[in-house]
Amino acid sequence: MRIIDEAVLEDLALGAAVLGTGGGGDPYIGKLMARQAIRDYGPVQLYTLDELNDDDLVVPTAMMGAPTVMVEKMPNGDDIVNAFLSVGKYIGKPVRATMSIEAGGLNSVVPIYLAARLGVPMVDCDGMGRAFPELQMVTHTIHGISSTPFAMSDERGNTVLMETISNLWTETFARSVTVNMGAMAMIALYAATAAQLREAAIPGTITLAEEIGKVVRRARLEEAEPVETIREAVGGFLIFKGKIGDVERRTEAGFAKGDAHIEGIDDYAGQRLQLSFQNEHLAARIDGEFKVTVPDLLAVLDVDTGEPITTEGLRYGFRVAIIAIPCAEKWRTSKGLELVGPAYFGYETDYVPVEERYG
Amino acid sequence: MRIGIDVGGTNTDAVLMDGATVVSSTKTPTTANVSQGIAKAMREVIADTGIDTAAIDGVMIGTTHFTNAVVERKRLTPTACIRLGLPATVCLPPMVDWPHDLRELVGGEAHLAHGGHEFDGREISAYQPDEVREIAARIRDAGLDAIAISSVFSPVNATFEEQTADIVRAAIPDANITLSSEIGRIGLLERENAAIMNSCLRGLAARTVDGFKAALDELQIRAPFYISQNDGTLMNADFAKEYPVLTFASGPTNSMRGAAFLSGLRDAIVVDVGGTTTDIGVLQHGFPRPAALAVDIGGVRTNFRMPDTYSIGLGGGSLVSPHPKSLPHKEGGTSKTKNSPSLRVGEGAGGWGQIKVGPQSVGYELTSKALVFGGDVLTATDIIVAGGAEDIGDASAVSQLDGGLVSAVQERIMEMIAIAVDRMKTSATPVPVIVVGGGSILVTGDIEGASEIIKPDHFPVANAIGAAIAQVGGECDRIFSLAEMSRDDALDQAKAEASERAVNAGANPSSIEIVDVEEVPLAYLPGNATRIMVKAIGDLVGG
Repeated sequence: MRIIDEAVLEDLALGAAVLGTGGGGDPYIGKLMARQAIRDYGPVQLYTLDELNDDDLVVPTAMMGAPTVMVEKMPNGDDIVNAFLSVGKYIGKPVRATMSIEAGGLNSVVPIYLAARLGVPMVDCDGMGRAFPELQMVTHTIHGISSTPFAMSDERGNTVLMETISNLWTETFARSVTVNMGAMAMIALYAATAAQLREAAIPGTITLAEEIGKVVRRARLEEAEPVETIREAVGGFLIFKGKIGDVERRTEAGFAKGDAHIEGIDDYAGQRLQLSFQNEHLAARIDGEFKVTVPDLLAVLDVDTGEPITTEGLRYGFRVAIIAIPCAEKWRTSKGLELVGPAYFGYETDYVPVEERYG
Repeated sequence: MRIGIDVGGTNTDAVLMDGATVVSSTKTPTTANVSQGIAKAMREVIADTGIDTAAIDGVMIGTTHFTNAVVERKRLTPTACIRLGLPATVCLPPMVDWPHDLRELVGGEAHLAHGGHEFDGREISAYQPDEVREIAARIRDAGLDAIAISSVFSPVNATFEEQTADIVRAAIPDANITLSSEIGRIGLLERENAAIMNSCLRGLAARTVDGFKAALDELQIRAPFYISQNDGTLMNADFAKEYPVLTFASGPTNSMRGAAFLSGLRDAIVVDVGGTTTDIGVLQHGFPRPAALAVDIGGVRTNFRMPDTYSIGLGGGSLVSPHPKSLPHKEGGTSKTKNSPSLRVGEGAGGWGQIKVGPQSVGYELTSKALVFGGDVLTATDIIVAGGAEDIGDASAVSQLDGGLVSAVQERIMEMIAIAVDRMKTSATPVPVIVVGGGSILVTGDIEGASEIIKPDHFPVANAIGAAIAQVGGECDRIFSLAEMSRDDALDQAKAEASERAVNAGANPSSIEIVDVEEVPLAYLPGNATRIMVKAIGDLVGG
């Protein structure tokens, strides 16, 4: 068991931005909520999955909605508590802990708020090992864990609880209820026992995010090769350095999609990288050939500061380093690739693990 | 004729302009009492030309004084905040993200009440006047009269903020009230932060503006005076007392507007080289391109429309540090350099290795610490003098610098500027680059990606010129019902209102231009309601 205090939280939020692979939402509001709860109620206990008993029930918590609304109508705080408690009440068993559904971006830190307020522990694992754009894209789905009972709560005290036949239906209903609640809701979903999670979840990702954050922070202070230190910390591969040229953007089915064309510099002069994104960075082609695709992670970093660059932040003239990080093994199974592999996102290529090309 | 003044942290610059001609200019040190520095600068430009003060039509002042007050935590009035939005937003009360010392200074008195709107215009909860009356009484009893009021989605609907202001005024007749909807955009914490800082600064603003007035009176200048805003337009003295936060980014805006004026270009990149930093901005249609992201002032997030500038640690006072092992030994050279110990580190042979320029700088001590001024620090200015591009100070103090080093450092400086310029461009197409600021001598070569490099006359005082030539603006921001009129009629009406306000603010009617139109449909309000925001600007009459 470890403790998440304010200092750990700062590092975690920084690291979550790297694991967010360009998306996952701005951790700023989530970090402020968690920090305030730690100040008011004390630090949070972080357990490893091995420290839990087999039948301990874990209910992940998260925020869902439009980013522009999240920065204007912030939550009440009781809403996330209501969502979390409703799932436990429906199941009829005590809930032992909460966890993050995604280690990247905003929702890596939101459960810390709940854990501090209720004094429940958080578990050091998540369902993505990164960020993905849709609700069913979690390793829980691979292992047949249902997203329901699914609870959504607003600040007024309303809670909508649903049972669905598939995680895709949950996504459909959740979207319309979110609009009714003011384009933002607090949610609790994917309840599972510790025994199930030892199979289904990706372990150690909260600690990983914190370690990455620590490295970024130190590199900033010491002004020492931040890109190389981050690469080392995440166990990734530097695949390109270049200058962003054209950025094409389009909105399709509610997602922000596009491609950035990056001209190589230094050792990569003369090469051209095409970076494709949909909320997150998804695929990299060098001189027309796929080199890295989902589910492996693509972190786009400012070449000088190591600052992660989001998909909205991609702009002409930025000098970037691109680091590819091997994804969790669970995503490399046939079921995993069916959910989040290159074909699901419309790329006509087979998935090749990044270390086979760069290792 | 007009006087333009820029009060920076280090220097107070003034220019006297006759139409489009710069008649006189000066640079004087900024004084602790800002008005004294202003009076001195004005006295110098007037004495320089011997003009009659009656010939002065207006005085335009750009100042970082209010920004500095927040950064330095000085002269701030304790302020209470009322936020309307219960039951939402409870987990992040007002000032939650402020640095502890600043929150203590401001008092940290925050109240939450019912009200607020959803993104689509629905009410979050019913407004409760009695609840607000009770809060107003508590604020009065605490002895506070500075109040900021925010409401969730008030940029879409500000009625709850306005009702609250009326109730507070009934309880505290002299209350100094700032509504968040008057100064910010979507992003509750950032907009609310700006409103609180505005109320904190009003006391200082009143004293400062009165001080400016006294400085003018002392010199018997009867002309009206104006303060420049973030967007490059002017506000009159009374308005500046009400909205001091609107001056926060006027410095970079004035320098870019001055660059546009001096060069005659409306679309270009502006490189403003100072003593410690170089700020790069983009001119679009004669105005700075606004930033898209949150801007931090003294540790507090705001979401003002600040110019999108990119700063690098490069200026006239930047320290130059060749890699100790790679600085070549010059025959008989090092023994004579008793003024420059930084050269003695050089030993061994080989290439130039890693040349570093900045971010450390001697700043305002340039004129005592640089080699050419008899000091013992190798600065970027020394390199430029050694290269023969400029004749400043004692050139013999740098005559022994190795020519190879000098050109390598000059190349490095140009490379730093070129990369920063490239970062601010929106496409690969070459664009003109205008170089201004006291450190402009650093620019000695071509900039990759620049179609031309323009160093206009009077480049050291571009920001004071930017203040002098500033225009006045008028805005219309209200909700039109498109069930009752066509969209074109509504737009015309909004433009006419904005233009009329610009004229009332002192604009010459024939010079008025509409510079910004924004429409936000409010789907859930009856009658096909649309919020229309129009901004008009024009030249001051008699400028």
